[in-house]
Amino acid sequence: MDIHEYQAKELLARYSVQIPRGGLAYSPEQATYRASEIGGGKWVVKAQIHSGARGKAGGIRICTTDNEVSEAAESMLGRKLVTHQTGPKGKLVSRLYVEETVDIRQELYLGIVLDRKSERVMIVASASGGMEIEEIAEKQPDSIIRAIVDPGAGMQQFQAREIAFGLGLDNSLIGKAVDTLLGCYRVFRDFDASMLEINPLVITKDGNLIALDAKMSFDENALFRRAEISELRDKSQEDPRETFASDRGLSYVGLEGNIGCIINGAGLAMATMDMIKIAGGEPANFLDIGGGASPERVAKAFRAVLADKNIETILVNIFAGINRCDWVAEGVIKAIREVGVNVPLVVRLAGTNVEEGRRILAESGEKVIVADTLAEAAEKSVEAMRAYAKSKKN
Amino acid sequence: MAVLLNRRTRVIVQGLTGKIGSFHADDMKRYGTNVVGGVTPGKGGQVHQGIPVFNTVRGAVRETGAEASIVFVPPPFAADSIMEAAEAGLKLCVCITDGIPSQDMMRVKRYMRRFRYEDRMRLVGPNCAGVITPGQALMGIMPGNIYLPGRVGIVGRSGTLGYEAASQMKALGIGVSTSVGIGGDPINGSSFKDILKLFEDDPDTDAVVMIGEIGGPQEAEAAEWARHNMRKPLIAYIAGLSAPKGKRMGHAGAIISAFGESAQEKVEILREAGVTIVPTPAAFGPTVASVLEQQKKAA
Repeated sequence: MDIHEYQAKELLARYSVQIPRGGLAYSPEQATYRASEIGGGKWVVKAQIHSGARGKAGGIRICTTDNEVSEAAESMLGRKLVTHQTGPKGKLVSRLYVEETVDIRQELYLGIVLDRKSERVMIVASASGGMEIEEIAEKQPDSIIRAIVDPGAGMQQFQAREIAFGLGLDNSLIGKAVDTLLGCYRVFRDFDASMLEINPLVITKDGNLIALDAKMSFDENALFRRAEISELRDKSQEDPRETFASDRGLSYVGLEGNIGCIINGAGLAMATMDMIKIAGGEPANFLDIGGGASPERVAKAFRAVLADKNIETILVNIFAGINRCDWVAEGVIKAIREVGVNVPLVVRLAGTNVEEGRRILAESGEKVIVADTLAEAAEKSVEAMRAYAKSKKN
Repeated sequence: MAVLLNRRTRVIVQGLTGKIGSFHADDMKRYGTNVVGGVTPGKGGQVHQGIPVFNTVRGAVRETGAEASIVFVPPPFAADSIMEAAEAGLKLCVCITDGIPSQDMMRVKRYMRRFRYEDRMRLVGPNCAGVITPGQALMGIMPGNIYLPGRVGIVGRSGTLGYEAASQMKALGIGVSTSVGIGGDPINGSSFKDILKLFEDDPDTDAVVMIGEIGGPQEAEAAEWARHNMRKPLIAYIAGLSAPKGKRMGHAGAIISAFGESAQEKVEILREAGVTIVPTPAAFGPTVASVLEQQKKAA
């Protein structure tokens, strides 16, 4: 789960990481008020969306008068900002963060991630901040410093010192850098983060170390014990199809295609989507309904898939292990009758009680295209989708 | 004797008296698994579905001589249960629980380093379908009837995609020595490489099917190991060709976040290492059949 820059900065500030003075605004009036609160004669107005690369997309503006602040706010609020990370649809800007500007001497990069190779938390730093880490890795791989933290002992002072000296910082800044690094690690650990990125972390002309930007993501499996983080969720930043599904306890990822997928198990779901692609179609979504495919869950899944207006065929692929095909088939029929499915529906059942399941589908009188194998299911879906698209045109 | 599990393995169930634990303990017993006890703190001394319940894993091991445990404990407490199993001296722990926080798993892995490698419990999972040695014993949640006993090993992250592979093989009369689900989490007990090593050394396994997916370095690591150390044929499929970058596809670990983690890149790395690639998820059966055919001809 992602949070906004201003929220990440609030968390960091609690752990003595220095941030610029700033305030949140929902309107141009509030933005100018925030600027006057901060004082001085130069501010940055920053669109709060769950994406990096906001600057190039026009989501970060430097202003020197009240009027400029107001205009910048006006131009951003209520609009969708498209960055190269948001996809073509962009993300809605409904909050702004107004900040004081700082005089930058040098930009650094600081990241903390869960490293899957060492299975530990890894600190990544570079003296070449301001660029994205991928770009740093490509252009200046030697500038990247890494340190792995022992989960039993936590991050040690010497590790922070090694990074600080490795970045080539002045002696006068080493103490501040150690505090910042340890603070960042503690925020990461204490809130079950999965990613923290400060890019840039800046050295100011007056010799301070300040987090100019901040990005954080959290381990969704740990939200049960991080109520404070759960409350930071901003649904306006999510794909509405995904919000609809996740509110109903379904694991769903929206894609660009037109064949809706309802599958049990994440691996089989990915494989079925691959098979659709191989058969010449495009999946509209990933959807794992999980182990117990009760009729209620199947109905919810149909609603989630049909919430996507691009859908031109639905493919249900269930490999029944602990559940039974006859039960799944009843769920499918019930869902068709309750939800109303007006696009072609292909159903492939396998596993426990498969004959009984197929019989129930066949005898229901509902229009269901039955497939026996995974390959057949994908082919029949693509065929049905093409026929449907054609009939819609005529 | 296949790997990890056979009909004699003495198994306890952690979280036996819960709804999920009860259901699967019953299923495992019916399949032939030697279930000797269960653990639910506070319910020690009871007998649940004919299985004696203990308060602690240590107590269960002392009384029953258990060697392996399967964990159905809810996510907030599962890491603790795994460490309890490790401390009690079990050889194998299969954790089915989905939703354990990554930091908890980090602590589990660190904790297990307390033990010398030879004495260290082998953890399979979490967030996996378990282990089955067809015709002998089941420690997991998979439907036993889709596996034919045989001589091909299966190791995969996903449950249902593993069922798909096993049933395609069964349709062609190809059986399985042992099937191991390593789970869909970013930090797991056993990696692909760990399980490949077991299959390579197992006299009852002739070839191995590896079912990977997007995200993480384990398939590439397995490919590198297999290139230099594996004599048995390795056949692999990677799920997630159509997965976009940066999106979590159901499994907590199924997310493309770095170079080499997409399905296309992993397939390339595997092919490079001489692994036979299953071209589509509908081709598990035929691909395995043709590899076995070639093996027979060569022999």
